Amino acid sequence: MRWTWPEPSELLRNPPPWLDRSTRRRNAVPAPGFRPADLVGEVTTALTARPARTMLTALGTILGVAALVATLGLAKTAGNQIVRQFDELEATRVVLSNAERQGRNETQLSAIPFDAEDRLTRLNGVEAAGTKTPVDVGGGLARSVPLIDPQGQNEFQIPVIAASPGLFDAVRATVRTGRFFDTGHDERSDAVAVLGPGAANRLGVERIDNLPAIFVGEEAFAVVGILDDVARETDLLNSIIIPNGLARDRFQLAGIDEVHVDVAVGAADLIGAQAPIALSPNEPGFVRARVPPSPRAVRSTVESEVNALFLVLGGLSLLVGAIGIANVTLVSVLERTGEIGLRRALGATRGHIAGQFLTESAALGLFAGVLGASLGILSVVGVSAARQWTPVLEPWLPFAAPVLGAIIGLVAGVYPAWKASSIEPITALRVGAG
Amino acid sequence: MTAPVVELVGLSRSFPGTPPVHALRDADLLVQQGDYLAIVGPSGSGKSTLLHLLGLLDRPTSGVYALDGVDTASLDDRERAGMRAHRIGFVFQSFHLLASRTTAENVMLSEVYRKGPRKQRRARAVEALERVGLGHRIDAMPTTLSGGERQRVAVARALVGRPSLLLADEPTGNLDTATSEQILELFRELHDDGLTLAVITHDLEVADVAERRVQIRDGVLSELERSWR
Repeated sequence: MRWTWPEPSELLRNPPPWLDRSTRRRNAVPAPGFRPADLVGEVTTALTARPARTMLTALGTILGVAALVATLGLAKTAGNQIVRQFDELEATRVVLSNAERQGRNETQLSAIPFDAEDRLTRLNGVEAAGTKTPVDVGGGLARSVPLIDPQGQNEFQIPVIAASPGLFDAVRATVRTGRFFDTGHDERSDAVAVLGPGAANRLGVERIDNLPAIFVGEEAFAVVGILDDVARETDLLNSIIIPNGLARDRFQLAGIDEVHVDVAVGAADLIGAQAPIALSPNEPGFVRARVPPSPRAVRSTVESEVNALFLVLGGLSLLVGAIGIANVTLVSVLERTGEIGLRRALGATRGHIAGQFLTESAALGLFAGVLGASLGILSVVGVSAARQWTPVLEPWLPFAAPVLGAIIGLVAGVYPAWKASSIEPITALRVGAG
Repeated sequence: MTAPVVELVGLSRSFPGTPPVHALRDADLLVQQGDYLAIVGPSGSGKSTLLHLLGLLDRPTSGVYALDGVDTASLDDRERAGMRAHRIGFVFQSFHLLASRTTAENVMLSEVYRKGPRKQRRARAVEALERVGLGHRIDAMPTTLSGGERQRVAVARALVGRPSLLLADEPTGNLDTATSEQILELFRELHDDGLTLAVITHDLEVADVAERRVQIRDGVLSELERSWR
């Protein structure tokens, strides 16, 4: 349909159909848009345009995130290190002994039976168990062959310890030469002995292929083995160790003092509870169990002590980092006023402008988070390498740190973005730009 | 006959103050498709106010402004941004090129806020640059360009997407006479191609090139006869 254009004055009195505000204009107005891909492109371009400034802006956040990651990582690593030491020696060690009893006197028998080793090895979680009891040899001195040497001393006060064969495994003993005595020796009350290296040295026994014999007082024992080392109960290293059977036979051993148990990792508490019942079903209270402190408790103590201080420091540097991002972004908003005006003229809404600046600072934070996490992890690995620890990290940490950085960037960008979006295009365009 | 590109009826813009400043009073104007309009007037006469109103960067205090047959008073901010993106091309006195981007990238920027296809955006930018005679400076940085070349990049940016109206605010204000001449020649060519141009200037040389001249004096708009001068 052809129609002539009405005169302006007529237009106001009698608006044509296209001036109807409700129906047709919707179709006529094109929508502005800002594709995510374009947003990413604009943000990338803005951040890479001045790499040095971008780095400096991110520096505070980088250091903050790095400090946090390093703190958490080092606390975890150190905590694990302590636990690992406990694991090897203490966490798998349970010691049973006679409890102090009221009215106990000398004649009272030990609550621990001689077959303690048998009873305990039947428990699930026990790797090895063995009894250990000092033997009263009545002041008898130890010597090897009766050798008359006027210059050297050849008789020594060496402690004699009665053990069940399982003790060697329970204290993780290794043998230098020969062997440990076994159940057979014990049952037959064979006159055999295993020497600790210290004792062997003093007695001058270095090899056992020549079937050396030693004397304690007037009793003679054949040396069947010499220990190399023990992981626990280092007093064994300077002792003469004889089977329980022999001690009962020759030295009237009346009872067991201690049972040493090597337990599976994590079984210490369980064995600590079960062993007294297994040893003394009638009066479990007569047997005292010494179990290692719970590794979890140890670790959390260490971690919380290390963490508290450094987390505060890390948090502070993050705050400084966020202020840095906010500050520089605000400056850059002012610098880019002309650009903001241009973008508005090209069809950007306030939302587009705000979104762009928010995304810029969030991306900056994300970048800082990634870099900071990398630095933090590197320092954990570095410190661990220097101190020969195993670096341990929470698996979520490398992922959470960049997210934290992005959140910091986002929060820091809120005010500048709002500022940018509230710049009027008219004012912005008045600012000269190249 | 299609709707006029610009239709102003009793358009006014005043700024609050004591006393209030009436930058534009009761302006009536009709710009048809293909018109080449010069808006002249001394500085402070209300030229910029008119440009901001025409460019949908400002809202009138009263009156009707219809752009391409759409009453702009009924548009919200988002729709006005959409109109700016699709219907209006801006050319500024100070060019407003982004220094860290090549000429092609600067031209491509004008498509960012349209929901148009990203495909061949560069091809369209190159085409626009060729149109303004800068096909050989596609990957140049703005800092290496002369003033005239920069302004031509800005014109190319405004041309991409074929706006209904090209609004130029003192386009030769920062240029010497020779380069001004080139820009004006370019405008004449674009006008011959059928583009609707509105050029705001205080320079009568520039206004002379235009087909129609509109004068603003103390906020009052009046069309000058062709024979005037």
